[in-house]
Amino acid sequence: MQIEKQIEAMRKEKKILLMTHQIIGYPDFAANEKVIECFYNNGVDLIELQIPFSDPIADGPVFTKSNQAVLEKGIKVSNCLKFIERMASKYPIPFLVMTYYNILYQYGVEAFIDRCKEIGVQGTIVPDAPLDEARAYYDYSRQQGLAAVSIATPYSDPKRLQEIADIGSGFIYYVPRKGVTGSKTTFDSEILDGIQKAKKETGKTIAVGFGIQGPEDVARLIGTADIAIIGSKIQQVLETEGLSGLDQFLGDMARVNKEE
Amino acid sequence: MKNEMVNYLGENGYFGAYGGRFVPEILIPAVDELSLAFQEILRDEDFYKQYYNLLMDFSGRPTPLTYAEGLSAYFGKAKIFIKREDLNHSGAHKINNVLGQGLLMKKLGKTRVIAETGAGQHGVATAIMAAKMGFQATIYMGAEDAERQYANVFWMKQLGAEVIPVTTGTATLKDAINEALRDWAGNFDNTHYALGTACGPRPFPEMVTFFQSVISKEMKKQINDICGKNPDRIYACLGGGSNAMGAFVEFLQEPGVELVAVEAGGKGEASGKHASRIAYAKAKTGVSQGYKTLFLQDDDGQMLDTWSISAGLDYVGVSPILAHLAETKRVRVLAATDAEVIEAFKLIISKEGLIPALESTHAFAGLFREIADTKPEDVIVVNMSGRGDKDIFNIGEALQDQGWKTFVTERGKAYAD
Ligand SMILES: Cc1ncc(COP(=O)(O)O)c(C=O)c1O
Repeated sequence: MQIEKQIEAMRKEKKILLMTHQIIGYPDFAANEKVIECFYNNGVDLIELQIPFSDPIADGPVFTKSNQAVLEKGIKVSNCLKFIERMASKYPIPFLVMTYYNILYQYGVEAFIDRCKEIGVQGTIVPDAPLDEARAYYDYSRQQGLAAVSIATPYSDPKRLQEIADIGSGFIYYVPRKGVTGSKTTFDSEILDGIQKAKKETGKTIAVGFGIQGPEDVARLIGTADIAIIGSKIQQVLETEGLSGLDQFLGDMARVNKEE
Repeated sequence: MKNEMVNYLGENGYFGAYGGRFVPEILIPAVDELSLAFQEILRDEDFYKQYYNLLMDFSGRPTPLTYAEGLSAYFGKAKIFIKREDLNHSGAHKINNVLGQGLLMKKLGKTRVIAETGAGQHGVATAIMAAKMGFQATIYMGAEDAERQYANVFWMKQLGAEVIPVTTGTATLKDAINEALRDWAGNFDNTHYALGTACGPRPFPEMVTFFQSVISKEMKKQINDICGKNPDRIYACLGGGSNAMGAFVEFLQEPGVELVAVEAGGKGEASGKHASRIAYAKAKTGVSQGYKTLFLQDDDGQMLDTWSISAGLDYVGVSPILAHLAETKRVRVLAATDAEVIEAFKLIISKEGLIPALESTHAFAGLFREIADTKPEDVIVVNMSGRGDKDIFNIGEALQDQGWKTFVTERGKAYAD
């Protein structure tokens, strides 16, 4: 599996990897491209691109509104895939596609995975595809050597955690708290213990997302998580401080790896 | 009333190709807990007794089965009977389900209830249940629906519920469901999501059907007492599917009973402004809102805008159980347009002295279209899922009633001053 090897290699160089998120088409493709360039220049390790869906139930108000704003402009899945293809050929950095199951289902699950592979995507993240319902998606992805990232939470009991680890590939996306994307997570010792436990029990690479707000949160995750995922906060920084604000924000984040 | 479950339940929450539980991982423990509790009450005769007693004492069950003498005479065809769910406390069938889920909540030790509502009937029913049982209630309602059905918003607030208008998406029922699922994902420790229709992730489609099955249990006994036989046909309106499942479920195993569900045809098939998933054959199988069913969606899988004069039928998906029953031809599905519904409404109110909800009027409109094909010895039951008081604004406008318009304008002016 390509991305697993890449992550392993990157992990040797850094205490924690950073994965950043963009909703494709929000506010527009040109802006996305500048942001991705900024990600790349700041040494971001993985990029998650979200294809908008009309009913994004795992997303909080910020992302829900931006999903909708993109769709209101008439942007189609095919436009998004073309954009991803261009980005993946321009930047030598692993791209993952995040979207909801119906987007894959209408495209054809296998055809969608094939297409992702064709355009240079390393994996997919589908929050409403639990293992019991979407086995074919996970199995086919594995067969094709594309990561199908599965999701675990502090509420996954040991048996389910093992199933989540077994069915998914690439890494485990660990959601550290109840709720949807957007609001802050307090990375207290209980949460850190949960992450540690998930890592120990599964032996997999653990990415932690949902509610990471800044370098302090990322710093707290060093030693437990392998990857920190920053989503809503990036959109917020962009909206309040623009691209230069984002540049600074990511720079601060990257420094976490250099501190003793 | 005994708890005799007809075996209509699917395998693992699937009904043919439809159903499942496509929820974010964080919700898996919540739907697991609920599924387990539901399995327990299915086998618990005492729970069902307690439930039916509550329906009798508090909601006014059994509801009558009224012979529609005026309509039957008017058409001179089949004998028409009306199952009077409008006579439930709160004016619709929605309370049957909510009281059941309220008792279940007590069993689970939850103290807060959330719900989505379209027409507002389910929201009002939930607010009533919460007030009666001492729970805190939060109701999500599409901002557009909240405007159309403000009377119900008013009642929910008076009952002590928090009403949150949802402005995302199409600002209608589906978006209210999304918001409720998001809330549940954050608060399932103390919060129960009382879904109002036979949709959503397992176990909701089965559970809501189970609580609504009181309708057909009573109906079966009543019609056999009056006519000495089962009905030849049953008509019910079809939004999410709770009243239709409630009216049909006891007869699924009786092949002689024809089951007809009537969707919202809105401004007609060609207009694209409707909420007919099955009758117009415009929906495709998809996954959204935590389950797999027929959804009105575009080629990419984005959910489409829907339209109906009645907020309660204006939904983009449909019960997975009904999707399956339609596919296997056990249930026949029609769509009635807004215009047909208004005509049907005028006829019912004048011939029967009944004021049906616009939702329920769809069921009548379906019957009126087909009644010419029936014989005088045929027996037909229409499930009148709710009463129409809540629809006074829409009906007043649809009928272009001058007196009503003047009243509303004058009231508006009085408040503006
Ligand atoms: C009176 C009435 N009938 C029918 C419906 C439609 O729902 P369902 O299809 O679940 O019965 C509603 C929904 O709000 C309603 O209020």
